[in-house]
Amino acid sequence: MSQQPVRFFLPCDSAAISLGADEVAQAMTTAAAADGVRVEIVRTGSRGMHWLEPLLEFECEGVRHGIGPVNPDDAASILRAVVSGKLDLPNAIGPVEEVPFFARQQRLIFSRCGVIDPVSHHQYVDHGGYEGLACALTKTPQEICDIVLNSGLRGRGGAGFPAGIKWKTVADAVDDQKYIVVNADEGDSGTFADRMIMEGDPFLLLEGMIIAGLATGATTGFIYLRSEYPIAAEILSRAIATAYDHGMLGADVKGSGKRFDVEVFIGAGAYICGEETSLLNSLEGKRGEVRAKPPIPALEGLFGKPTLVHNVISLCSVPGILQMGAAAYRNVGVGKSTGTMPFQLAGNVKYGGLFEAGFGVTLGELVNDIGGGVRVGSGVRAVQIGGPLGAYLPPKLFDLPMDYEKMLAAGAGVGHGGIVVFGDDVDLLEQARYAFEFCAEESCGKCTPCRIGAVRGVEVMDRWRAGDDPAAQRELIEDLCEVMVDGSLCAMGGMTPIPVQSAIKHFPEDFVPPAAKRDAAE
Amino acid sequence: MESANPSIKDLLAPYVGATGGLLSSLRAVNDALGHLPPETEEIAAEVFNLSRAEIKGVISFYADFRRTPPTGPTVRLCVAEACQAAGGRQVERELKAAYSEADISAFGGGTSGDVDQAACAIDYRPVYCLGLCSVAPAALVGDRLVGRANLERIKTCLAAAGEKTR
Repeated sequence: MSQQPVRFFLPCDSAAISLGADEVAQAMTTAAAADGVRVEIVRTGSRGMHWLEPLLEFECEGVRHGIGPVNPDDAASILRAVVSGKLDLPNAIGPVEEVPFFARQQRLIFSRCGVIDPVSHHQYVDHGGYEGLACALTKTPQEICDIVLNSGLRGRGGAGFPAGIKWKTVADAVDDQKYIVVNADEGDSGTFADRMIMEGDPFLLLEGMIIAGLATGATTGFIYLRSEYPIAAEILSRAIATAYDHGMLGADVKGSGKRFDVEVFIGAGAYICGEETSLLNSLEGKRGEVRAKPPIPALEGLFGKPTLVHNVISLCSVPGILQMGAAAYRNVGVGKSTGTMPFQLAGNVKYGGLFEAGFGVTLGELVNDIGGGVRVGSGVRAVQIGGPLGAYLPPKLFDLPMDYEKMLAAGAGVGHGGIVVFGDDVDLLEQARYAFEFCAEESCGKCTPCRIGAVRGVEVMDRWRAGDDPAAQRELIEDLCEVMVDGSLCAMGGMTPIPVQSAIKHFPEDFVPPAAKRDAAE
Repeated sequence: MESANPSIKDLLAPYVGATGGLLSSLRAVNDALGHLPPETEEIAAEVFNLSRAEIKGVISFYADFRRTPPTGPTVRLCVAEACQAAGGRQVERELKAAYSEADISAFGGGTSGDVDQAACAIDYRPVYCLGLCSVAPAALVGDRLVGRANLERIKTCLAAAGEKTR
């Protein structure tokens, strides 16, 4: 038996676990015991190449090689192959970082995700962690705000509001208590970047929060995490405890004499709580109903105090910005969309996962070149970008770059960077109906056009499908969408028309009722 | 009924004064008892010094809070867009066909079938996104996450969950 254990790396990411990563770990341990080989299995985040999960990695002359997807039944043969150095396994992929999907990325946020043990303070530090914080500690709050402003960073939750302006607003507000609130209520279907970074590199989020606290004068941070992410909850809690143990949180952050505390708060299953004012009400223990703005949360947020509400990825972008400087960050991306975005390829896609790249990459590159098109069926028929409130777009628009302004001009939005791919089996009338159905299910009920309009929308879609005077239904939908846009306080009611109207606009053939289709064929 | 009261109160009490304490305390009861018994409203109103209407308003707002206990092993299938795109609707249909309507306590309402069927009854509720959109369709069977879910994989997890409780 050798002295050095054979070291393997295996994700503890939800997606990997959902495909059997825990069983692989167990099988590897059992196989090692049977062979009398010492192994160490380091649980990491995921590399984001989810079609390869569970992706087992091992080091070979300082380079991480991968095998995936691994079936637990193959543990013994994998172990023998790795120990003997004869890697004639069919699912061996060679050096992980040379896989084209990985090599083509620009990983500013996810650089450590999948590499390190997510709750190891030392591994985080060894891989450049807390360098952004160290830089921030040498600056005044005003200087930190200026760097964030000059970087051009925009909120990654969906709205794309300039982060620096929000930071300055909170920093300039005078109050005895201010808060940093992380919106980790990642409810948009097709998005999982927040989950992955919280499971794979949670210290990065804490570091971003601490820097935000230094810049704005907030001493308390809350992470509002959706209850559908129990593994993220566990890893975050362990990371927070570790950060306290190492003096990165608490009364004396990194020996600076500054205080910052962080708590995780678990939601209770409400999509609307991803809307910032609804989230704040929920965090106060109330119904998650949206609040009218103004007052903006930056001035009157949690318990009426100045509050910086930010998406997970926005805050995770900050340590890197401090490290590389605003000008260097601004050079990544395109136009007013600076920096990188973790794009998420989901649904019926061959190579699903997370691809971090600078803004400006086109939709077609992401879906076809990187995502490999559909997993099942003959081809891509539609994509939905930016979650349930995002537009359905056809392949003829795949030249569109991921750019806040250009997407907006096309009637779509980057949102949180999620792209759901649909194959030729998709029925866009059904998807439009579902947009209303989802809105009816998840509306907080405060605004009538959203609460009742969504229900009426489902009914109208059902009549449209049945062929009951389609022209009249179309008119009703247009009218209803206008009322929802104009008469809703938040994006739930205000943006539900986007998937509906984009589906009607780009896929009119799906809105021809079956009877009419038959008539046309005859 | 009476004997349950002190325990609900004990579960709620630690959260008084905490940020968002009401929500967290209701979660604690829901997790411990599998649902929120009807008397929770009254007890929480007293513990938090709020009106029963306020408590009821909070309970009814959130999908996680159940009014009735689960009728069997819980199965939650994601019904959102990414999972629809990857055949989730078909999996839902198959699941419903395999476990007849009587065996499914959809949305936590209704009851399972007669005693003979109870062994195969599941407590099915849809869920909107588990964050497994790249390995869709996704399901949560008990506390087991299932990527690339199909009826067979869900059944295997249910069997494993059954073994564990036995």
